[in-house]
Amino acid sequence: MSRISVVFFEVEILDAKTKDKLCFLDKVEPNATIGEIKSMFHKSHPQWYPARQSIRLDPKGKSLKDEDVLQHLPVGTTATFYFRDLGAQISWVTVFLTEYTGPLVIYLMFYFRVPFIYASKYDFTTSKHWVVHLACMCHSFHYVKRLLETLFVHRFSHGTMPLRNIFKNCTYYWGFAAWMAYYINHPLYTPPIYGEQQIRLALIIFLFCQIGNFSIHIALRNLRPPGSKTRKIPYPTKNPFTWIFLLVSCPNYTYELGSWLGFTLMTQCLPVAFFTLVGFVQMTVWAKGKHRSYLKEFRDYPPLRSPILPFIL
Amino acid sequence: MASSEEDGTVEEKENNNKKRTKSALVTAWLTFYNIAMTAGWLVLAITMMRFYIQRGTHKGLYRSIARTLKFFQTFALVEVGHCAIGIVKTSVIVNGVQVCSRIFMVWFVTNSIRQISTCIICQKIQNEESVILFLVVWTVMEISRYSYYTFSLLHHLPYFIKWARYNFFIVLYPLGVAGELLTIYAALPFVRRSGMYSMRLPNKYNVSFDYYYCLIIVMLSYIPLFPQLYLHMLRQRRRVLHGEVIVEKDE
Repeated sequence: MSRISVVFFEVEILDAKTKDKLCFLDKVEPNATIGEIKSMFHKSHPQWYPARQSIRLDPKGKSLKDEDVLQHLPVGTTATFYFRDLGAQISWVTVFLTEYTGPLVIYLMFYFRVPFIYASKYDFTTSKHWVVHLACMCHSFHYVKRLLETLFVHRFSHGTMPLRNIFKNCTYYWGFAAWMAYYINHPLYTPPIYGEQQIRLALIIFLFCQIGNFSIHIALRNLRPPGSKTRKIPYPTKNPFTWIFLLVSCPNYTYELGSWLGFTLMTQCLPVAFFTLVGFVQMTVWAKGKHRSYLKEFRDYPPLRSPILPFIL
Repeated sequence: MASSEEDGTVEEKENNNKKRTKSALVTAWLTFYNIAMTAGWLVLAITMMRFYIQRGTHKGLYRSIARTLKFFQTFALVEVGHCAIGIVKTSVIVNGVQVCSRIFMVWFVTNSIRQISTCIICQKIQNEESVILFLVVWTVMEISRYSYYTFSLLHHLPYFIKWARYNFFIVLYPLGVAGELLTIYAALPFVRRSGMYSMRLPNKYNVSFDYYYCLIIVMLSYIPLFPQLYLHMLRQRRRVLHGEVIVEKDE
């Protein structure tokens, strides 16, 4: 009878900055994943839950992924890893829900002219311009859609992000929402110059892009089976709104830009235009990054595609 | 084959030559820039001193140097470009904040509000003095800074210039900030009264802007920004003058 001997690994975890020995694990299975090692480390240091651990082979190197298997890493039977504390983490879902609920509520406060915002004689009055009511419906619809997508549609590849991001993100979304809402719902608001024509065109653009954005989110969700973190090239589906995948890597951002352009046209409000511009800059940065990682990961990536604007950007 | 090997080394030599000419050009430009700026601020200093010696008063001094000051201070925007391209090792943000605050003072405070700089019959004489305060501070700082860069580029740096650049700021930075803040504060009533740079509702862009509150926000922004710049300079000083290695907090 032959004995199958399993070579167990020993794992020592050092602090990346001070090189102190933080943890020693013996009898670790060779097919253990980094994720499992993180859980074991968490037991000896309960203040560092797995999400805030960064485990790396080199103190200044890149973080190892949770799925990496111990025996496939370039380590001997005594593996030395370096640990860095990523700081308090917060789940993406929590961040999204908080940053989207804010604008929804804040805008409505301005719409209903809650006291202490405008002069007291306007408290709880409503605007006489019908475009203001339409704008409120569109803005609220947009953020309700985002909240529902966060809860039911999106599949997140990262579980958490650093805690300080929630303050940064909320300041951005809530601040801009308040700034826009203040002017749109102001008693001295001036409706669009070209009147009904302008508003109707704006509404069509807005709705078209909202449906487009939603279609892209559904298409991206269907690319990834539940619970997995696989990445595939997105392709156009039967839904015509997804045919833009032929020309663009991140059409969700393209449609998002379109929605806000529509909203700017509808309200003819400079703060909205400014918000659209800032959002566009940020989304372009994200789209370029995503496009670059697609190109790196997939040899056969369609060459016709641009990051965010067909043929331009 | 021998010929292709030769071609390879010729190409390499060409690339090296290109790099050398490029860095020689860069050094030449930076040297010229820093000499020009040192000269400019020296001219400003001398003009200011002559004015004061001849007239015995600082009233009207700002008006006499306004154009030269605007030219040289605005030209300093070029430095932000230097940082962005990478030919100068300062961070774009640090340099950018400093240059922007200078340009803001010159173009949007002292320039537009002539009453402050040329006021003859004026109950608040301290308005003028705050202007002179920051002008003197800026002049001394810029002369020491640009001459430091010039001599460093020429590889002949006298120790007293290095000493001046990294010690004057200890007293001059707070004095300069005081001068700037006092000037902005003095400008507030004029801004309120004239409604300058402000836009009110209703208008077709559905936006409003109150320069008065903008100035107040600018003043408040000194509170977080000034300590950071000051501490940054103190760290640089420790590193340059005392050779201390500062371990920066990494992200």
